[in-house]
Amino acid sequence: MSIALTNIYHTYSKGTPFERLALQDVSLEIAKGEIVAVIGHTGSGKSTLVQHLNGLLKPDKGQAAIDGVNINAKGTQAKAARQQVGMVFQYPEHQIFAETVFEDIAFGPRNKGFNEDEVAKQVREAMAFVGLDYDTFAQRSPFQLSGGQMRRVAIAGVVAMNPDYLVLDEPSAGLDPRSRNAVFREIMALHKSRGIAIVLVTHSMEEAVKYADRLLVINGGKVLFDGQPAAIFKEHGAELVQVGVDVPQVYKLAALLRQQGLELPEGIKDEAALIKAIKKAKGWK
Amino acid sequence: MIKIENLKHYYTDADGNEVKALDGVTLEIKQGEFVAVIGANGSGKSTLARHLNCLLLPTSGRVEVGGKDTLDEKHMWYIRQQVGMVFQNPDNQIVAAIVEEDVAFGPENIGVAGPEIAPRVAKALAAVGMTDYARHAPHLLSGGQKQRVAIAGIMALEPKCIVLDEPTAMLDPQGRKEIVSTVRRLNKEKGITIVYITHYMTEALAADRVVVMEKGHIRFTGTPREVFSRVDELEQLGLEAPLAAKVASELRKSGVKLSENIITDEELAQALCQLH
Repeated sequence: MSIALTNIYHTYSKGTPFERLALQDVSLEIAKGEIVAVIGHTGSGKSTLVQHLNGLLKPDKGQAAIDGVNINAKGTQAKAARQQVGMVFQYPEHQIFAETVFEDIAFGPRNKGFNEDEVAKQVREAMAFVGLDYDTFAQRSPFQLSGGQMRRVAIAGVVAMNPDYLVLDEPSAGLDPRSRNAVFREIMALHKSRGIAIVLVTHSMEEAVKYADRLLVINGGKVLFDGQPAAIFKEHGAELVQVGVDVPQVYKLAALLRQQGLELPEGIKDEAALIKAIKKAKGWK
Repeated sequence: MIKIENLKHYYTDADGNEVKALDGVTLEIKQGEFVAVIGANGSGKSTLARHLNCLLLPTSGRVEVGGKDTLDEKHMWYIRQQVGMVFQNPDNQIVAAIVEEDVAFGPENIGVAGPEIAPRVAKALAAVGMTDYARHAPHLLSGGQKQRVAIAGIMALEPKCIVLDEPTAMLDPQGRKEIVSTVRRLNKEKGITIVYITHYMTEALAADRVVVMEKGHIRFTGTPREVFSRVDELEQLGLEAPLAAKVASELRKSGVKLSENIITDEELAQALCQLH
């Protein structure tokens, strides 16, 4: 099971003075169950790229397919394929529109043609999933909730569609560190329990290295690097800075400590590993 | 420059409950100071910021800008000119189709004389390093550049203070660096008072003083060093100290003799080098 992009080209405002080639010759495959972080500076083409994963944008050239089905074709088969990809945009709380939390989350499953019993079941499950108590919140207006809660409603709306692939465009923008961790706990739990593939567009290198097992670096409408986050951050640090992204703080600190003569192993991914390595290098208990 | 005395802001939410967004905040900000405000979502940071230029008015208590009370309606336009605001989303703040026209919008609006507008716009664009883009279309700029144009639009009003409410939340790492260095330069070179709200603790390191908010109160305030060395307290508040401070704190807990003052990577590296 996978989404495959093959030799995709996409141009914005074609035939106008503002014509801009946003993607050129992008080929990649995302398998079900992967967690892929997508990084790149503003305008690098990463949002354009992920919008090709569920047919929101059509390539000028090339093909996007899910399990061999061309998702830009007409017909029920292509539609069903597109619906396997859920998309949570930046500031998903702005996508909320219904009068109650229940109605908002039910919109997707209803559209998918589920009967009311199934819809209710999906809504209940999705709410439990994002940590919103059904009895407390189902009949409330989503607009009375806090920003963090609204974001959960929006994510629940996508979860209720039961997608095989979930694309999240900066799900943590504007959240404080605690809420950020909470949102990611939910996303990771979803990945674990349902085996959903996660495609995470982010400006945070910390999130990329902490959660993803694969990293795509996009620059100038092309895939610059595609591989393990730890390896890319280690081998291409200078190039990443050049293309407007960065290296996680923990890599920078570890590199600085190595320069100062501390013998730390490569591939330190988080604070706990760094502390352990420092103690070991210093012979501390 | 700004004096806040026992400021309270209450409102009633849609369920009829009273919400105490600010519940007794007292704070003085001096001319030329760079103050960062941090706190969890819902701690009252943005509500506080919106009181600084009359976008919100106190339920009780006082806010004075340049000695003028924000509750007095006749001072409103004066205060709004003194204190400019930059918000999260650069796309919501740009009004014109050409960068220099966007920057000119403010001064035109307050009735600056025609011949004076062009030099003001040029000066404002130079201050944020966007002179080369004067004739560009804003929607084709990067996020960091758009946000700098928004700041230039405020600079063209010749304010004494700029309040930035999470200006980098939507930007890439490059854009974030651009904004922090621009703000720092306006503060150091032009003496603009800065109130900077952020969830990124590393950005707050650039400030003279950090104000930590919780549930409508100021929990504590101090230099970045004083605030960020309180690693555990920050964590309790749902915030995060910079990585070097966290690592130093953990090492101290396991008995390593490290100074409590360590907050930057360099300080940690140096301190570790000297230890055996």
